Amino acid sequence: MFTVRIQSEDFDPAAESAALTRGRTDVGAVVTFTGLCRAQDAPGGAPLIALTLEHYPGMAEEEIGRLIEEARARWPLLGATVIHRFGRMEPGDNIVLVVTTSAHRGAAFEAAEFLMDWLKTHAPFWKLEERADENSWVPAKDSDDEAAGRWG
Amino acid sequence: MKILYFAWVRERIGLEAEEIALPEGVSTVADLAAFLKTRGEGYAHAFENPRVVRAALDRRHARPDTPLGAAREIAFFPPMTGG
Repeated sequence: MFTVRIQSEDFDPAAESAALTRGRTDVGAVVTFTGLCRAQDAPGGAPLIALTLEHYPGMAEEEIGRLIEEARARWPLLGATVIHRFGRMEPGDNIVLVVTTSAHRGAAFEAAEFLMDWLKTHAPFWKLEERADENSWVPAKDSDDEAAGRWG
Repeated sequence: MKILYFAWVRERIGLEAEEIALPEGVSTVADLAAFLKTRGEGYAHAFENPRVVRAALDRRHARPDTPLGAAREIAFFPPMTGG
């Protein structure tokens, strides 16, 4: 089962992981990655109050679907679930979930990391940081481009 | 053609979306960005460094030299920062 969901509501990583393995005996490995909104101080010191995630409806689902197809072409996956939230999130809140299942751990680990690396540079989402003194768009990181680029 | 704007491109232009008739000679993503840049202060600000602005044609990532062809929708946005 391969699923993409773009939603404002929270998700339950354990329930999503269980849904990919329930009733199956061929799954030998499940990798679950959850990305959270992290409290981070600006270089000047103002604490992060919240992140607001803007997205391109329609394209976000389609692009992540294409990334899953790419992952399936590279690794023998048995299932994958990607959930990305949009809207306002406070430190400690879930933002993104990637679950991959495979017969063996190597494929599940690598595919989950590949999906996260490519999602960061290809999925149409933008983070706005809300701080006491100002709101600002998060700049893209060169390190994310490098992480995505290493998969060739 | 329908044009969508996201994140700071949207904020600078002051619009989420608009319909425009493509002028003569605008045939690629870069041509359209260059044309939009001439439409006013907000557009000039949004496209001040055109290499930073990304585009998608009919919901697929496009490059500056991608022909607009028969696409119905184009979006302009900053580099993505999801995940």
